[in-house]
Amino acid sequence: MSVSSRCIRAIVRKELREYRRTPSIVVAMTIIPLISLIQPLVLVFGLPSSSSGRLAHEHVLLYLLGIPALVPVLIAAYAVAGERQQGTLEPLLTTPVRREEFLLGKALAALLPSSVVAYAVYAVFIACVGLFADPSVASALLQSPQILAQVVFTPLIAAWSIWTGMLISAKFTDVRVSQQLGILAGLPTIALTSLIAFDVIHPTLGRALAFVAALLLLDALGWRIVSAAFDRERLITGTP
Amino acid sequence: MDDQNHGERTPALSVHGLSKRFGNRVAFEDVSFEVGRGEVFGFLGPNGAGKTTTVRTLGTLIAPTSGSAVIAGIPLTPQNAVRIRRRISIMPESPGLYLRLSVAENLECFADLYQTPDPRESIARALRAVDLTDRANDTCASLSKGLRQRVALARALLGDPQILFLDEPTSSLDPVATRAVHELIDQLRRRGVTIFLTTHRLEEAERLCDRVAILNTTLRTIGRPDELRDQLFARSLTVTTLAPLPDPDRVFAGLPAVDGWRPDGRSSYRLAVSDPAVAAPAATRALVGAGADVLSISSLHHSLQDVYLELLGTDTSADERAGSR
Repeated sequence: MSVSSRCIRAIVRKELREYRRTPSIVVAMTIIPLISLIQPLVLVFGLPSSSSGRLAHEHVLLYLLGIPALVPVLIAAYAVAGERQQGTLEPLLTTPVRREEFLLGKALAALLPSSVVAYAVYAVFIACVGLFADPSVASALLQSPQILAQVVFTPLIAAWSIWTGMLISAKFTDVRVSQQLGILAGLPTIALTSLIAFDVIHPTLGRALAFVAALLLLDALGWRIVSAAFDRERLITGTP
Repeated sequence: MDDQNHGERTPALSVHGLSKRFGNRVAFEDVSFEVGRGEVFGFLGPNGAGKTTTVRTLGTLIAPTSGSAVIAGIPLTPQNAVRIRRRISIMPESPGLYLRLSVAENLECFADLYQTPDPRESIARALRAVDLTDRANDTCASLSKGLRQRVALARALLGDPQILFLDEPTSSLDPVATRAVHELIDQLRRRGVTIFLTTHRLEEAERLCDRVAILNTTLRTIGRPDELRDQLFARSLTVTTLAPLPDPDRVFAGLPAVDGWRPDGRSSYRLAVSDPAVAAPAATRALVGAGADVLSISSLHHSLQDVYLELLGTDTSADERAGSR
């Protein structure tokens, strides 16, 4: 089986155009990152230089991994349910597009903007801390391992969120129900990153590698589950 | 015999004993027919008869429960689904356009999904075909229902299909737009495109279709509209005279191609005939010979609607009888 990059590009381009013009998605992609950014900034700017020692044991930057956990799931939850709601799913499925092309196109279209938003927010956070926070606080926060963790974990968490969102989207016909369930599904990931951020689970290299392996496995599993759930007949007729 | 000639002679669609059930519910059952290349084939039936499910099955969206089909020369199997979809297009009843995107953006996406060699040219040609070139940059949300239907038709033309499935293509169009769609169907027929037309508009089917099939879960009949009329209704002539005939039996009995007669009003008579072209002149001569003043002799015309109602009326009566048991 060969996958056509042209078909995938067509889906991605169409999705990005739609997202740009769908207010609920634009709002979700703006509000969630802003909320995620403001809370740690307020926390960091309020800290005196004496707290830099305590910060060395906290990993505030990891708190921002909530963005790739929540933003893509909201977009992905729209992927199939949105098509079905506006009556565009059937025309789309009557084209020669393969299941894999359809799913990859949808997934990439969710991954690209959410990763860009996550990295952009992260860059803004680092810049703000570097420019405005107390120098000792800034040096305690901006540690290379955390920056690397953010870079590595962002796409892995986003991919997992996307498969979760798409699975929900394939099962539910209503976009809002699908998105609300998507947010619920993203909460365990946020809980985990928060526990690490506040050093309840102490991050070590070994644990980081184990998380990477677990996420890779979950992403592969997610792809398989979503592929299996994507059944043209069920999607068109709504039969269980 | 070369492959091309063989290809031209094989039917565009060949369906044998196709059935689809959803649990205990029968969508359609034991449907068999063939559609020739370049033929406009009408698929008629009441709501819930299984027309859309049949189209979806032939379009590889739904797997049949039993039976087989060959679509554009390719057997209907899950493995062949993509190959089949490359050779066909389906225009669903609801246009299903991305309303936030422009007409051109909608078509661009589908041209890429059909992997057309020159998407710009394909889009331009499709827009010209439905007379929407000047609306290419309008968002679909700003278009009327009829214009959206035309965009959906343009989208169906993008893949240059061998078989085009049209589900109620003129349901929301005004008369002028309807005529334009009919002309487009005629053009496509001349280009050799096979058209599978699902419609409730019986006059549309009668005007456009070479043959029609009437489905009501099972296939009730199939044939050319005139054949179906002949099968269902006895041919007859209606004779109207200025005054009642004193002895009609003496006038009509023994006339060539006249099988019988009955009164049909005060001075009107219905003749059952085997061949109107023979019976009408003979009846005219006999009436003149009998001194009657003939006002009219006409062959009774049954429309496709009469055929449809006759067939499905029988079904309804059967359903009612079954329901009352």
